[in-house]
Amino acid sequence: MEEGKIVSQSLRESTAAYMIIQERFGSAVAPLDPNETMPFFEVTDSSRWVEIALFMRDNPKLKFNYMACLSGVDYPAEEKVGIVCNFQSLAMLNHTLAVKVKCDRNGGCIPSVSRVWHTANWHEREAYDLFGIIFTGHPELKRILCPDDWEGYPLRKDYKVQASYHGIKVPY
Amino acid sequence: MQELERVGQGSVRVTRKSDKLVIVEKDLATEQMVLAMGPQHPSTHGVLKLECLTDGEVITEAIPCLGYLHRCFEKCCENVDYPAVVPYTDRLDYLSAMNSEFAYAIAVEKLLDIEIPRRVEFIRVIVAELNRIASHLVAIGTYGIDLGAFTPFLFCFRDREIILGLLEWASGARMLYNYIWIGGLAYDVPADFLKRLREFITYFRPKAVELQSLLTENEIFLKRTRGIGIMPADVAINYGWSGPMLRGSGVKWDLRRNDPYSIYPELDFKVVVPDGKLSVVGDCLSRHLVRALEMEESLRIIEQCIDKMPTSEGFNPRSAIPKRIRPKAGEVYSRAENPRGELGFYIESDGKSTKPVRCKARSSCFVNLSAMKDLSKGQLIPDLVAIIGSIDIVLGEVDR
Repeated sequence: MEEGKIVSQSLRESTAAYMIIQERFGSAVAPLDPNETMPFFEVTDSSRWVEIALFMRDNPKLKFNYMACLSGVDYPAEEKVGIVCNFQSLAMLNHTLAVKVKCDRNGGCIPSVSRVWHTANWHEREAYDLFGIIFTGHPELKRILCPDDWEGYPLRKDYKVQASYHGIKVPY
Repeated sequence: MQELERVGQGSVRVTRKSDKLVIVEKDLATEQMVLAMGPQHPSTHGVLKLECLTDGEVITEAIPCLGYLHRCFEKCCENVDYPAVVPYTDRLDYLSAMNSEFAYAIAVEKLLDIEIPRRVEFIRVIVAELNRIASHLVAIGTYGIDLGAFTPFLFCFRDREIILGLLEWASGARMLYNYIWIGGLAYDVPADFLKRLREFITYFRPKAVELQSLLTENEIFLKRTRGIGIMPADVAINYGWSGPMLRGSGVKWDLRRNDPYSIYPELDFKVVVPDGKLSVVGDCLSRHLVRALEMEESLRIIEQCIDKMPTSEGFNPRSAIPKRIRPKAGEVYSRAENPRGELGFYIESDGKSTKPVRCKARSSCFVNLSAMKDLSKGQLIPDLVAIIGSIDIVLGEVDR
């Protein structure tokens, strides 16, 4: 963080929360990006993601009991896809923090946190549906918004729509 | 006749032949039945399909199948400029389009880091709260219909019509407004709008009480909702519930209060949570009560806005709208309290393009509905209707 810059209360709280995680997990997490709109850090060792998630939920100083959002994102420049999770300690400590987890674009996978936060179940299914991110350990990883037999992952930047679907011309 | 003594145990099938019961089938295996409810079913409030695994009248599992109204909202956003996303947000939750526009506008404004004229903020809050009342009226009215009370529906739609009329007067459209723009508004409110608004509040206040008594003094309605579909607070939070659903479980959480945006910190209103006198905290009735009582709070907010609002002298609703909307590189997750809960927008900008690189709508109904599997386990089939109705889903927002 730059010296002398005025930072908001919420960013200070997020930074404090991050420091606790960083202390526990060391090199498994990348440094915090202290921006005002959405402070986030990246999990560099995605195999420890569930462990980090459980720590975030249960540590008495963190108590991130509420997963507000989980968005899939495509990073074609890095040849990666990833998720962005927004957390809040709802009605407890009230701080927020965002976490990014990335994996390889082809054949990469991210451990599922749907057992840590139930809400992640459908969010992860959506990320799988639209980005093709495989979540290992997910109870029922199948498409949720698109039909089960749809081809490709629509929100990837290089997505080409299929020519026909059950005899119906798709591109129009 | 010994065989016939087993009639009524459910393992035989009998038929009546000339006043005598005759056993047609014996030793029937009882097994689970799959019952598809929807996508065309009046009580699913749209095109939701529930695959119910039933054991007699009891539901062992209800699996929601979505996607019948999927219109690729997020893909569309990536292909249009920032201001052009606003009409798409209308079509997310079409019963509270103003609130969706509001949430989106706030998100982009956070990225742009711009100041909004004060009068714009007041008008935004007024139209959003009006739309919240209209949306709750639909929720309450259709919930009544689901449970066999038809009259409240007519009352609700009569009053909703006035709100739609007011919003049409302001924006030119009845449901999908495209009124709240990034950095401002499409138009200022018409002259005399505030006067009519006051008249509406005076008119609607007693009507809301009357509507409330129509349902909560209806023994059938109470029997169908009290103690049904109870959701404990901690599980609700873990499921990511928000809005009236979460407050129905007794959590005092409202983004207008707890993560304030716009001018809400200046306004005095109560966060409604059920007191547990009439309902069991966390049941369908609690969720209904939260919606019913919230309308009064919205009226109070609108009244305060009318009083505090700056005059229209020298006011240009489009003065703060940037000529070219191209936010600097960065991400934002911004949310607002919609009638159905937290509507969040995750927007990523690369700093070069006038189109968002990623625009995800965190839909409140989508998340609220994801608890359906747990909520419906062990319930009776008719209670399933009560539970879906209490979630108050809008499939436009679930499927996006």
